[in-house]
Amino acid sequence: MPSTHTDDATRLAEPTLLRFATAGSVDDGKSTLVGRLLHDSKSVLTDQLEAVERASLSRGQEAPDLALLTDGLRAEREQGITIDVAYRYFATPRRRFILADTPGHVQYTRNMVTGASTAELAVVLVDARNGVVEQTRRHAAVAALLRVPHVVLAVNKMDLVEYAEPVFAAIAKEFTAYAASLGVPEITAIPISALAGDNVVEPSAHMDWYGGPTVLEHLETVPVSHDLATCHARLPVQYVIRPQSAEHPDYRGYAGQIAAGAFRVGEEVTVLPSGRTSKVAGIDLLGKAVDTAWTPQSVTLLLDDDIDISRGDLIVPSGDAPTTSQDIEATVCHVADQPLNVGQRVLLKHTTRTVKAIVKDIPSRLTLDDLSQHPAPGKLVANDIGRVVVRTAEPLALDAYADSRRTGSFLLIDPADGTTLTAGMAGAAFSDSAAPAEEPAAPADDDQGWDF
Amino acid sequence: MTTTVAAVTEGTSAPYALSHLDSLESEAVHIFREVAGEFERPVILFSGGKDSIVMLHLALKAFAPAPVPFTLLHVDTGHNFPEVLEYRDRTVERHGLRLHVASVQEYIDAGKLRERPDGTRNPLQTVPLTEKIQAERFDAVFGGGRRDEEKARAKERVFSLRDEFSQWDPRRQRPELWQLYNGRHAPGEHVRVFPLSNWTELDVWQYIAREGIELPEIYFAHEREVFSRSGMWLTAGDWGGPKDGESVETRLVRYRTVGDMSCTGAVDSDATTLDAVITEIAASRLTERGATRADDKMSEAAMEDRKREGYF
Repeated sequence: MPSTHTDDATRLAEPTLLRFATAGSVDDGKSTLVGRLLHDSKSVLTDQLEAVERASLSRGQEAPDLALLTDGLRAEREQGITIDVAYRYFATPRRRFILADTPGHVQYTRNMVTGASTAELAVVLVDARNGVVEQTRRHAAVAALLRVPHVVLAVNKMDLVEYAEPVFAAIAKEFTAYAASLGVPEITAIPISALAGDNVVEPSAHMDWYGGPTVLEHLETVPVSHDLATCHARLPVQYVIRPQSAEHPDYRGYAGQIAAGAFRVGEEVTVLPSGRTSKVAGIDLLGKAVDTAWTPQSVTLLLDDDIDISRGDLIVPSGDAPTTSQDIEATVCHVADQPLNVGQRVLLKHTTRTVKAIVKDIPSRLTLDDLSQHPAPGKLVANDIGRVVVRTAEPLALDAYADSRRTGSFLLIDPADGTTLTAGMAGAAFSDSAAPAEEPAAPADDDQGWDF
Repeated sequence: MTTTVAAVTEGTSAPYALSHLDSLESEAVHIFREVAGEFERPVILFSGGKDSIVMLHLALKAFAPAPVPFTLLHVDTGHNFPEVLEYRDRTVERHGLRLHVASVQEYIDAGKLRERPDGTRNPLQTVPLTEKIQAERFDAVFGGGRRDEEKARAKERVFSLRDEFSQWDPRRQRPELWQLYNGRHAPGEHVRVFPLSNWTELDVWQYIAREGIELPEIYFAHEREVFSRSGMWLTAGDWGGPKDGESVETRLVRYRTVGDMSCTGAVDSDATTLDAVITEIAASRLTERGATRADDKMSEAAMEDRKREGYF
């Protein structure tokens, strides 16, 4: 690999950042777990705690309600429910954490999808007394769909089952088998009591039979680096930097955040969709010239040839270019209140490119509970997950979401009012379900009736 | 029991993890470039406070060696710290930027806003801000708000759509997925953009230290004439203090946040260097707003209510 190894060693001495999401039903103790992680890692400060105590007291509650730490909106406090994703921040000396705290209600699938889209790890909570239930399967399915690399099964309320190993082992076995069948790459099961504090931050004194990490230890040590050897390098061009100043008369840099893989000076690259080729002449890492840069660094690439490149183009290694197509089949989660219909005209945002598109077909809707497919639902409504076929007005260079979360994902947007309608993931839904590759629809006379 | 079905990160390549500051910096730069690529008339809210200073620093890095393709906007309450105004003007000059100013004092003098009985001018900023946005037809307005500051801000999107009255409706926010920010808006509407959403107060200070960013002196411990009001040390001055029954004393203090003199309290501190400030914050058991901002203490939903009206 490249000549930056010493740099990496230095970097790793600094704390890294882990983005993770929690999922769990209301009664599984998610708020308690989040509260305990924040509290025991000393991330709740005195004035925040006092505000919670004051508010709890004024509502006639005796003990401080830690859910008030996360319920930030008036409507949430009034109704006592979480209606939206909240982001929480805490830190240990080893790592900084961004926690997407997502509501567990069935009707808020879109919120878990939102939280999981940027998460490198998902914590799925289960009540030890109830074991794996429908909601657990739903959460595992969303984590698998969104290709969250690490899943933690937190078997909570172990104190209420007398800290019994067989209870935990049975749940862990059932969940692991289910999640593995969905293609979840890594599953770690941890027996905890969020209320009593067992195995959350401190190891439990009640479960000698458990030899694994606490939740926090696992969060601190799970790898967040990327295996660049297997990644396709991708740079969506965000902005062309041309100072046109006396000092930099000929500077022309292609700025963007590396979406996947790594780029090296001297490498042959191809620009999509035009297909023009050039060579990386230099990489500017926010003011510092480097030989190599990798995801998710924001960089500026300089190329040998002065070719026409603009926002929305994708720079890739010449030997590893995705195919471009105007026909996209994807799994989507519908996130808007208004439905998505067959025949609807939409905008599609993929990386830095937004194009017109039309929903050609909605072949199926997925029931998360049992993963059954309902054919031809005609439309998708809020929180539905389904398969969608879209035709775009211009060719796009989409990767399969399985290969690259960032270049395999897209949004469908309502052109009338800008509403984000749908979150899309290109290619097969689950790793194992391996949907047969569809023949691309014949482009011949499909353009009829395109009047936007 | 740890079950590893398949280790996704095993392999021979080096672990290319970024430090948390590098991750946050990269994300913020991405956000600046998205706005530059998608909007016609973006503007950066610049108060001379540490968050807006970090924002400007990131914007300078994002577009180097070209200049920042944005103008700046300051909402001047008329009660700003002179050191901060001096810093603001020096910074604008140094980087060859253009500064818009929306003046609360002008609105009061023209009879369009009325001074509040409690003397704080912070809530009065909303009208001059939103009218300036409309008058200049700004379509993207960068703010230095962070989600760790306050519980209503924790619910804020990175791209936050505001209607033609600049109002925020938390129930009608667009879900934000992956790094695909949706900046679509109708004429008259605009988008508030928060590149520091995922930063904490400590991250901001560590980044300032790492990058060697200059700050106004009031962030460091100095002797200052202050008086106590509602449990905060406010700077004495013509703006409205001390009143009867309040007495001035000289204390060694510094500021954790810089709003204006009528709502920002100083904290007792002997931290005169960046390292000392970072040590102090890391050990503090109070949030910066809990410690020093009167405007957030008005009610449980004070920030949410102001944000709904168009406040940043």
